[in-house]
Amino acid sequence: MRATDATEETRSGTIVLLCLASWAIPGAGHLWLGRRAKGLIFLVALPVMFAIGLAIRGRLFPFDFSDPLVGLEALADLGIGVPYIIASALGYGAGDVRAVTYEYGNAFLIVAGLLNLLVVIDAYDVMLGRK
Amino acid sequence: MRSHLLLLALFAFVVSLVFAVIAKDDAREQLRFGGMMFAGFLAAAIVLGWLMYPFPL
Repeated sequence: MRATDATEETRSGTIVLLCLASWAIPGAGHLWLGRRAKGLIFLVALPVMFAIGLAIRGRLFPFDFSDPLVGLEALADLGIGVPYIIASALGYGAGDVRAVTYEYGNAFLIVAGLLNLLVVIDAYDVMLGRK
Repeated sequence: MRSHLLLLALFAFVVSLVFAVIAKDDAREQLRFGGMMFAGFLAAAIVLGWLMYPFPL
C-alpha cells in the first residue's frame, strides 16, 4: 500500500515537472518524452513566432486586471515561458501603437503563448498515455 | 516587414504547423492537415477581406 502511494506521488511529481518544463521551454516536454521531431518543431516555431511579434513592435501587456482584456492578454503572453521572462528582462515588448504592424505583433505574441499552453496540454496527454 | 498579406501568411504558416504537429502523428497526415489549414486561413482572409471591402470603417 505504502509503495503504491509513493509510486503515485513520484508519478504526480514527474507530471508536474514535465508540465513546468514544457511551459518554460516550448517543446521540452515532448523532448523529455522522446518525441524528438515534435519537440524540435515546437522549440523552433514558437520562440520564432514570439520573436517576430517583438520585432514588429508588438506589446507585452502588463498584469493590469482593472482592464480584463489587458490582464488576459498578459496571461496569454506569459504562456510562452522563458522567452517572455528574457524579453521582459531585456526591456523588449514595450510596443509601439503608432506602428502599422502593432496589432499583428500583439497577435503573434498572444497566439505564441496560447499555442505553447496547447503544447503543454499535449505533453500531459502523451505522459498519461492518452496519445 | 510591413506587408499585411505576408504577415498573415507567416502567422497562418506557424499556427498551421503547430496544430498539424499536435493533432497528427504521421508525417503525411501532418502535411495534409497543415496544408489544408494553411490554405483555409489564406482563403478565409482573402474572401472576408473582399466581403468587407464595400463597408466603410
